Amino acid sequence: MPEKSINIVIGGAAGQGLVTIGQLLSKAITRAGHHLLVTQRYMSRVRGGHNTYAIRMGEEDLLGGTESIDILAALNAETLEKHLDEVGEGGLVVAGADLDTEGLNALRIPYKELSPKPLFYNTAMLGVLGRAVNIDLSILEELLKQTFGKKGDEVVEANLEVLRKAYAWVSDQDHDFFCDFKSNDSKGRMMLNGNEAIGLGALAAGCNFVSFYPMTPSTGVAMTLIAKGAPLGLQYEQVEDEIAAMNMAIGASYAGARALVTTSGGGFALMEEAVSLAGVSETPLVCVVVQRPGPATGLPTRTEQADLNLVLYSGHGELPRAIFAPATPEDCFYLTHRAFDLAETYQTPIFILSEQYLADSYRDVEPFNLDDLPEVAGPLLEWKEGEYKRYAVTDDGISPRLIPGFSEALVRADSHTHEENSKISEDKTVRVAQNSKRLRKESGLFEEVIGPDYYGTDNPDALLVCWGPTLGACLEAMDRYDGDKSLAVLHFKQVYPLREEQFLDYLEDADRVIDVEGNATAQFAQLIARETGFMMPDRILRYDGRAMTWEYVLKGLSDIL
Amino acid sequence: MVSIEEYGEFETAWCPGCGNFSIIKSLKQALAEQDLAPHDIIISSGIGQAAKLPHYIRCNMFNGLHGRSLPVAQGIKMANPEMPVIVTSGDGCSYGEGGNHFLAAIRRNMDLTVLVHDNQIYGLTKGQASPTSARGHVTKAQPEGNRSDGFNPVATTVAMRASFVARAFSGEPEHLVATIKEAMAHKGFSLVDILQPCVSFNKVNTFAWYKERTYILEDHDPTDWAAAMTLSEEFDDRIPLGVIYREDKPVFGHGGRLAEHGYDKNDLKAVLQSYT
Repeated sequence: MPEKSINIVIGGAAGQGLVTIGQLLSKAITRAGHHLLVTQRYMSRVRGGHNTYAIRMGEEDLLGGTESIDILAALNAETLEKHLDEVGEGGLVVAGADLDTEGLNALRIPYKELSPKPLFYNTAMLGVLGRAVNIDLSILEELLKQTFGKKGDEVVEANLEVLRKAYAWVSDQDHDFFCDFKSNDSKGRMMLNGNEAIGLGALAAGCNFVSFYPMTPSTGVAMTLIAKGAPLGLQYEQVEDEIAAMNMAIGASYAGARALVTTSGGGFALMEEAVSLAGVSETPLVCVVVQRPGPATGLPTRTEQADLNLVLYSGHGELPRAIFAPATPEDCFYLTHRAFDLAETYQTPIFILSEQYLADSYRDVEPFNLDDLPEVAGPLLEWKEGEYKRYAVTDDGISPRLIPGFSEALVRADSHTHEENSKISEDKTVRVAQNSKRLRKESGLFEEVIGPDYYGTDNPDALLVCWGPTLGACLEAMDRYDGDKSLAVLHFKQVYPLREEQFLDYLEDADRVIDVEGNATAQFAQLIARETGFMMPDRILRYDGRAMTWEYVLKGLSDIL
Repeated sequence: MVSIEEYGEFETAWCPGCGNFSIIKSLKQALAEQDLAPHDIIISSGIGQAAKLPHYIRCNMFNGLHGRSLPVAQGIKMANPEMPVIVTSGDGCSYGEGGNHFLAAIRRNMDLTVLVHDNQIYGLTKGQASPTSARGHVTKAQPEGNRSDGFNPVATTVAMRASFVARAFSGEPEHLVATIKEAMAHKGFSLVDILQPCVSFNKVNTFAWYKERTYILEDHDPTDWAAAMTLSEEFDDRIPLGVIYREDKPVFGHGGRLAEHGYDKNDLKAVLQSYT
């Protein structure tokens, strides 16, 4: 449990630069050897509104956000109005001297004294916050040099001067806040969010194609692939709509690309038709769905776990699929890598179901190990064994996948019911043979299911069942719970298919099983009931657009237990 | 030299007298005359009677969804830029269900050849108005006559300065073969809008109707945009056939064949390092 952790919340209007300050401070904290976890809350607008960037910083690994604030950095008066009551005992307010912080434990930044012009006010804020949480000045200096290096020495020097002044200014202030975290041993950690980790996992798997239509909160996956992959040969295209994105990726995959699409619920609804096409044409594809609350436009920049059913039942007709639900950036990386292997092996769409909270949540992460990653399956480029049949019926349902253009064999992909040689057929025997062949691939996918992780005591009084990034809130709630019941947590990072022999005993051995999900209808509990018959009537559900926190889980527990 | 026989002969689901027979024969001939073997090309199609074409010709194919032949074709082209990609579908598939993809594909200007079998009617669903049916065209679904203006694909593509715009007619096979070859030789997005009769469901725009009106262009300069624009409006008593507009413009860039592409592990390690 993160005994020693503080929560820094930077608040302001969109366009004021709170994300820039937040990212720089996060990186400085990571480089200083501390752990961190970022929760971003923002409104669907480019200017104005009220946004927050919360950095939870600690000596130990952090799994979730928290609601109480230790340092409130206000870029405007609205931040003070909205969040002052969340600042805990001994908490510190950091704000410009022009804002009313009378009577508060506050650092009142004299921006005009520290900075020659408003352009550098955010650098001053960074210096003040960096000093307040005891980050070495040299780390902040290095960061600014890297950030502004492209803009020339003059800009770098001007920023450094403001940084140093602001940093020194704090030392002279009389405030009642102390933070001196031991730095952990493993420096050289990465700082990245869920979307970036998905992009990197895809690159590590050899992904060399992305087609997308921008949609918050999923766009970061494509941005990562373009920024990091395109210089290495990845092909990309921002297309006219999500229908095109999915069909284009299918065409690319058919012709030999390792393809990914990324979207959120509404865009995915448009992709569904082509999910079905990928299934029947047996084209490998990795589809990333980063959830936000619906229905329809819903809360475009907030978080929810309400599109499990959408993905689970997507596409007309029956087709094999697997759905991963990462809890952390590490999961995002390794599960996306795995998704490419499964997609190619079983020639069917594989889904990564993330959500806004994880997509935007920066963490410090041990550098991913590229050397130990398993080999990703690949298609055939040559065919030497007689007539090639794209949809040959086999025991495991997997037909050899040949890429067109590398041999004289013809590769014919089709969306109808077809014969082994791709010819359209309405014959009932052919129909059953081909449908059964495709669905036999589910057996292979079933064999490869990653089972849930169990945390805590055996035979608990109450077992919390969760999936995706809700894990952190459940684990911290379990640790902080001080009642007289014993607790445990069961977490699913793969939500489909489910293998009951991997978890049914856990459910049956607990006195009570409590479902914890970020939606209103307990979709995962219903899926478990569908697959196993096990019912979970006790539920802690959150659907206000905010991420699950340990406080929310504890409150739910106190109502149930 | 590749012979037309290598492209095979197949039983089809088309009605006797359908314009598709002439179009597929002309396509096979155009391919053979370019010395392209069946494994050298890919045809992407959607859904409809015209879109069944790749099932009746030996070659690589992706027969996808109604309206989606262009996105699939563009994905194929990005993954394998060396391979000629031909798109073949009807007017409903290309201009109706796939309308947004059509406009975007023109702007993107990949090196594709798009053959639209334009019979001004929905055939496979038995005779409803299509995007190119004229206003007033009576069908069972439009008993009081089509209430929308007909879509003019040639005028639209010329207005957008598409890289290559041509019109052909299934009843002029020699001209059709030459036009397909010219479209395939052109670098960039090439549209050939091919007029064809639907003998079962279009009782207005019949073979005779097209035959009376169409004429092959002789003195038109396809690089003259204003002249092409004027010509593209001509679709009543006289219908011009030939290359209406042509402009050499930047073709959508691409790398090599993605099936052979991999990352160097040290490059990937450097990417990870950029996050520390």
